Amino acid sequence: MLSQESLQQIDREIAKYPPDQKQSAVMAALRIAQVEKGWLANETIEFVAAYLDMPAIAVYEIASFYNMYDLEPVGRHKITVCTNLPCALSGGVHAAEYLKEKLGIGFNETTPDGKFTLKEGECMGACGDAPVLLHNNHRMCSWMTREKIDQLLAELDGK
Amino acid sequence: MSTQGMILAGCDGDRTWRLQDYLARGGYSALKKIVAERIPQDTIIAELKASVLRGRGGAGFPTGLKWSFMPRSFPGDKYLACNSDEGEPGTFKDRDILRYNPHSVIEGMAIAAYAMGAARGYNYIHGEIFEIYQRFEEALEEARAAKLIGQNILGSDFSFELFAHHGYGAYICGEETALLESIEGKKGQPRFKPPFPASYGLYGKPTTINNTETFASVPFIMNMGGESFLNLGKPNNGGMKLFSVSGHVNRPGNYEIPLGTPFAELLEMAGGVRGGRKLKAVIPGGSSAPVLPADIMMGCTMDYDSISKAGSMLGSGAVIVMDETTCMVKALERLSYFYFEESCGQCTPCREGTGWLYRVVHRIEHGLGRQDDLDLLNSVTGNIMGRTICALGDAASMPVQSFVKHFGDEFMYHIENKKCLVSPEAQYAGSNIYVSPSC
Ligand SMILES: Cc1cc2nc3c(=O)[nH]c(=O)nc-3n(C[C@H](O)[C@H](O)[C@H](O)COP(=O)(O)O)c2cc1C
Ligand code: SF4
Ligand code: FES
Repeated sequence: MLSQESLQQIDREIAKYPPDQKQSAVMAALRIAQVEKGWLANETIEFVAAYLDMPAIAVYEIASFYNMYDLEPVGRHKITVCTNLPCALSGGVHAAEYLKEKLGIGFNETTPDGKFTLKEGECMGACGDAPVLLHNNHRMCSWMTREKIDQLLAELDGK
Repeated sequence: MSTQGMILAGCDGDRTWRLQDYLARGGYSALKKIVAERIPQDTIIAELKASVLRGRGGAGFPTGLKWSFMPRSFPGDKYLACNSDEGEPGTFKDRDILRYNPHSVIEGMAIAAYAMGAARGYNYIHGEIFEIYQRFEEALEEARAAKLIGQNILGSDFSFELFAHHGYGAYICGEETALLESIEGKKGQPRFKPPFPASYGLYGKPTTINNTETFASVPFIMNMGGESFLNLGKPNNGGMKLFSVSGHVNRPGNYEIPLGTPFAELLEMAGGVRGGRKLKAVIPGGSSAPVLPADIMMGCTMDYDSISKAGSMLGSGAVIVMDETTCMVKALERLSYFYFEESCGQCTPCREGTGWLYRVVHRIEHGLGRQDDLDLLNSVTGNIMGRTICALGDAASMPVQSFVKHFGDEFMYHIENKKCLVSPEAQYAGSNIYVSPSC
C-alpha cells in the first residue's frame, strides 16, 4: 500500500522510540503516507495502523486531531496562508485576499483544474516574515508580496 | 538578522548551524569540560540556580529548581523533552535558534541529561517549520558522528540518545503534557497535574521539559558561570532573552538583549513604529499575555518583573506592536478565533467558553453588539479561568479581559455606532503588505 521508500522512512522513525513504543512514530508515518498519496484516505490510515500495530480508530483520531493532515483530497498544491493577528498586521490578510482573487477560490476550496487548494492557517512561528504561507505543508515562503505570490503561482502552475 | 546577543551571537552566515562553525565559536566546550572533569550533577544544578535562568517558554519557572525536582535515584529510564512547538502567535525565536544555532540546543540538552541522569531525549518541533526539523536531524547526525551524543559520549561512560519529533498542526501540543501525549502517539490533550512530569512524564517515566531557548542558554551559563549570566540581566531576571518583535514596526525580527532593557530601546532597535505612526498598544509576551496601552508599555523594561507589575506577562518574549491604525475589536476577534479553534475540547468551560467569547467579539466587530456584551465577556472569562485542565483557558481569557479593560471605550463605540472607531481605509493601509527593509 505504501512504497518501499516510504516504508523505509517509517522504519527509521520507529527506531527513534523505545522498542515497545512503536505507536510514537504514528505522526511521522501519517506524514510520510500523506506525502506519497497526496491525502489520507481511510485505506491509507488503516494501512498505517496495521503497520504500527495500532487500532485503526486510534490512527484516524490522530489524523483528524492535527490540522496538517488532509482527510479529503486536496489540489496538487496546497497553499496555507497565515492570517493570525501578528501576520494580519503586516499584510497576512491582504495576501490571503490576493490569493483568493488570483486563484478564483475561497478558503478550503480547490481550483476546478485540481491544481490549487487554499487554506487559512494559524501562527506558523514565523510572524517576523509576514506575510507567510506554506506550500504543501513543508515549504515555507516568507515575505509574500504580490510579486512573490505571482512568481510562486507561476512556478507551481508548471508543476 | 541581529548578530548581537548570546545564543545568536556570530550567527550571521548560512553555515552557522554546522558543527564545525559551532565548534569554532567555542561550542561543546562546556559539555567536554563536564564530561572530562566528571563535574558533579549538583554543581551543574547549583550553577543554574545561581544564574536565575527562568524558563523561556512562557511561564518563567526557574530552570535550576525544575531540574532539582527530577528524582535522582529513580531506577528506570528518565527522559528530557525540548519544547520547540512554538505556535504562540507572535513568537518566532525558537525557529531562529534551531535555524542558526541548533548545536547550542543539542549541547544544552546533553548537559541537562548529564545533570539529571536522563538517558533519552526528544526535541518536539512545530510541524509548520518542517525544513527546520530536517536541519535539526542533520545537526543530530553531525553530533552523533562526533560522539557528542549517543553511547559513551566523548569516550566516557555517559550516554544520551537524542531524537527529533515533529508536530503537525496543533497549538495545544506546546502545553507540556499535551506534548508528551503527542510524542506517545496520541491526540495532544493535556493531562491533569499532579502528577507532574518530573514524577510521571513521557511513557510514565520522570521527565523534564524545557523550552528551546532555555536549553540553548545552558552551555553559555556553564561557560561564563551562573553569576555572570545573572549579571547580564537584572536581579531575579538573569541573562539575555530573545524578543520576537512583530506587527507595526519597521524592522520586525528577533532581538537578543539583556533582560531589563527599556521597551523604548527595543522598539528603536526594531526600527520604531511603522511609517512614523503613533503607538497604540503592545502585547508584550505572546498572544496569551494581557495587552498594554502605549503609555504603560513605554514605561516598562523588558523583564519578567517589570511587565508583570504593569499587569501583563513577559511570556515567550513575543512583542506584538499595534499602532493607531489598529481596530482593537478586530484584533481581539482574530485572537479569540484562534483560541476557539485550538481548544482541545476536553474541558467544558474552555470548549464552550472559547466559542462563546469568539461569537460575542465577532458580533461586536460586525455591528451586532449589545449593550451588556462587555459584562457578558467578563462573566464568560470569569467562568473559564481557573476551571480548566490546562492554561489554554486562561490564555484565551486574558486577552479578552485586558482588551476590554484598556480599550472598553472602543468596544462601546462599536456597539453604539455599529462601526469601527478607526476607519476601514486607515486599517487597510496600516496593515498593508509590508516587507522589512532589512530583508
Ligand atoms: C496552550 C499552551 C501552549 C504553550 N506553548 C508553548 C510553546 O510553544 N513552547 C514552549 O516552550 N512552551 C509552551 N507552553 C509552556 C509549556 O507548557 C511549558 O511551561 C514550557 O515548555 C516549559 O519550559 P520552560 O520552563 O523552559 O519555559 C505552552 C503552554 C500552554 C498552556
Ligand atoms: S483548557 Fe482547553 S485546551 Fe486545555 S485541556 Fe481544557 S479544553 Fe483542552
Ligand atoms: S502570526 Fe503568522 S506566522 Fe505567526
